[in-house]
Amino acid sequence: MDEYTFLQVLWFILISILWLGYFVLEGFDFGVGMLLRAVGKTDDEKRAVMHSIGPIWDGNEVWLLVAGGATFAAFPQWYATLFSGFYLALFLILVGLIVRNVSFEFWGKAETEQGRRRWEWAMILGSALPALLWGVGWANIVHGVPIDAQYEYTGTLFTLLNPYAILGGLATLTIFLAHGAIFLEMRTEGAIRQRAQALATRLVAPAAVLGIAFLVWTVLAHDGGVDVASAIVAAFAVVALLAAVPTVKEAPARAFAATTGAILFFFIALFIDLFPHTMVSSTDAAFSMTLNQSASSSYTLTVMTVVAVLLVPVVLAYQAWTYWVFRRRVSAEDFGEVRSPLDLLDKEKREGGGGEPEPAGPGS
Amino acid sequence: MEPSGRAHRVAPVSALELARWQFGITTLYHFIFVPVTIGLAICVAFFQTRWYRTGDEHWLRSTRFWGKLLLISFALGVATGIVQEFQFGMNWSNYSRFVGDIFGAPLAMEGLAAFFVESTFLGLWIFGWGRLSKKAHLTCAWLVAASTALSAYFILAANSWMQHPVGYKMADGKAELTNIASVLFNNTALYAFAHTILAALLTAGMILIAVSAWNLRKGRETEVFGGAMRLALPLVTLAAIVTVIVGHFNGILMTEQQPMKMAAADAVFETQDGAGLSLFATGDFKSNPEGLNRNIEIPNLLAWISTGYPNGEIEGINNINAEYQKKYGPGNYTPIVAVAYWTWRAMIGCAMLMFLLAAWGWWLSHKGKLRDSKWFLKLAVPAVALPFVASATGWLFTEMGRQPWVVFGLLKTDVANSPSVDAAQVWITLVGFTLLYGVLAAIAGRVFVKTVKKGPVEAGEAEEPGQELALTY
Repeated sequence: MDEYTFLQVLWFILISILWLGYFVLEGFDFGVGMLLRAVGKTDDEKRAVMHSIGPIWDGNEVWLLVAGGATFAAFPQWYATLFSGFYLALFLILVGLIVRNVSFEFWGKAETEQGRRRWEWAMILGSALPALLWGVGWANIVHGVPIDAQYEYTGTLFTLLNPYAILGGLATLTIFLAHGAIFLEMRTEGAIRQRAQALATRLVAPAAVLGIAFLVWTVLAHDGGVDVASAIVAAFAVVALLAAVPTVKEAPARAFAATTGAILFFFIALFIDLFPHTMVSSTDAAFSMTLNQSASSSYTLTVMTVVAVLLVPVVLAYQAWTYWVFRRRVSAEDFGEVRSPLDLLDKEKREGGGGEPEPAGPGS
Repeated sequence: MEPSGRAHRVAPVSALELARWQFGITTLYHFIFVPVTIGLAICVAFFQTRWYRTGDEHWLRSTRFWGKLLLISFALGVATGIVQEFQFGMNWSNYSRFVGDIFGAPLAMEGLAAFFVESTFLGLWIFGWGRLSKKAHLTCAWLVAASTALSAYFILAANSWMQHPVGYKMADGKAELTNIASVLFNNTALYAFAHTILAALLTAGMILIAVSAWNLRKGRETEVFGGAMRLALPLVTLAAIVTVIVGHFNGILMTEQQPMKMAAADAVFETQDGAGLSLFATGDFKSNPEGLNRNIEIPNLLAWISTGYPNGEIEGINNINAEYQKKYGPGNYTPIVAVAYWTWRAMIGCAMLMFLLAAWGWWLSHKGKLRDSKWFLKLAVPAVALPFVASATGWLFTEMGRQPWVVFGLLKTDVANSPSVDAAQVWITLVGFTLLYGVLAAIAGRVFVKTVKKGPVEAGEAEEPGQELALTY
């Protein structure tokens, strides 16, 4: 039996793209979340920091939901082995995501200073935990975990916490931190921008060091010798990480392009390393799952391909449009007095009505 | 919890049993927010349309006020929705391996076609006030409403395949998709969708009625809440009638597709013609008719509900069980009869109470006496619990009534869980998630009540930072 078919490879690529989109987009959400208290000192500033990702973070998280759903549809055996195997790690990620998701909503609704502080820490930890554990998880998927002949995981949570995987987790954690800091530098004004810039400058170097160390380990530790394609892409990631270092102060847009590239190449290197497997067994190479062994029928893959071809371009178009609509920088001054659309209506009436309301600033 | 109590006496609770508890808790919890979100999204889009068309300020204030309640529900629904999608793989890996070829497709489509639209346009709607043109902004509201409903369609198509598998063949001991159109247009799914959307409208309608009644009794904001009442009273009355009609045809379909579930719903043990509908029963649901007293019975009604004919034949539990033993091998194919019996009645009872309340309110409003009727305004507030009880019991009935099957006729629940996940691990996630859900529900409830008490904001008055819509995300 072949290890893979065309459609299976296509879906492996599509699922990789979904994960890539997720890590690039939610990567800066995690970074911004973790830096909430470091960049925002007053409530107005914190509000501005949250606003920088406010309209988009939920759309960014859907990339994860679709990656999960697509894995279930295209590679059910992969979905089943991975999700039941990495059980407690995923539980921790889910708790982190849930706590972070509601912290946006409840921070603004908290009645007391203490209540707001609590939700700030919820956002920080709820961002840090998944940022760390996604790296740990993917390192383990690529490196191999104990899997038996029935494709069942036989390790525990602590099997996943090996030095290589922890390095991977620290790499994603710091890269996302730097990515988020640069995002804030790019998207804000005033004091928060200065703080974000100072943090970004300090964070980029450790992110580069940890990312490069992990990639070198990944390339050298590949089962059966160095995977050349993966090593080349890893080299691109290294270049991108290094390119972010000198640009971070003067040209945040370029630095952001660099960290974006670094995240993309970092994970592409991992996906290439993993191919043509979906799970690598450290128990016995014979128990590693190939694309063919994990995949759905070609009929299901064909159906899903049609759906993806029809919908993905539309999704990309309107997500890009959202970023365009909310392109304006945010600053703490916008949040001194929170205005509501009712003010606009009032203003409209006073001025004799007519025309569309003026932009209200991100406060409303 | 029941299983832990049993554990001390017999054996440690199995991972399977815990996984079932977890699925039930997560799903019921998630489904508190689902109908609120779907229903309120439609109502909010409606209010905004009224504002767009008339320019009347109170419609804008209604949009903003109900929008806040919508967002609280949405935040919780999204947070628990991720667990919903991941738990199939986490707790039910054998199930996932068995059905992945079919079940994964609607799930992935839900993400691509609905979740992306929902999250993106909700972000645009929340933050787009004054930044988008009024028309574009209104379009965002309707896109959110449409996509929440669409997402329900896909997940119900997936669930309906578990109730009534279609468009598949068996290959290598797994179900394999042969026809996607059969899965997406499964007649079970079409009825389930109609039923769920109606339930969502009932839920949102009852929230509108309860919140408006509370405010009207205090004489607050009569324009905003009078407007909500004028929408909600006919909405609930009509939705309840249509739900009953759809439910009737749904019942006939279920009798055909899952006769055991319907027989259990009325605790009919032996096959009979022209069976009556019992309103309540006491005694032992486990054994045969001798142990059970069916107290008040409406002649021929059950036969009519289930078959469409007053003298139609209802197959009894014992007969069906014997038939299934021949077909599927030895074993017990009976769900917990008491659960099916009572959940079915609770669901229908709640629907009837909602109908009576809304019809009464509609009549009062027609006579211009609504605001003076203390009794109606008082009763309408606690009545907000009815749609939630109806939804929860409805899901309990449909999922527990299908047991012992997870996929009807194809895969039993007791072999569907994850072999690599032991009881200790499920305990950790069960306790962890349940505590988290509890804390979040308490906070969300408090925020919800606070938002209601604060009421709609006056025009020209800056909203308190803590109350602003923009930061609900």
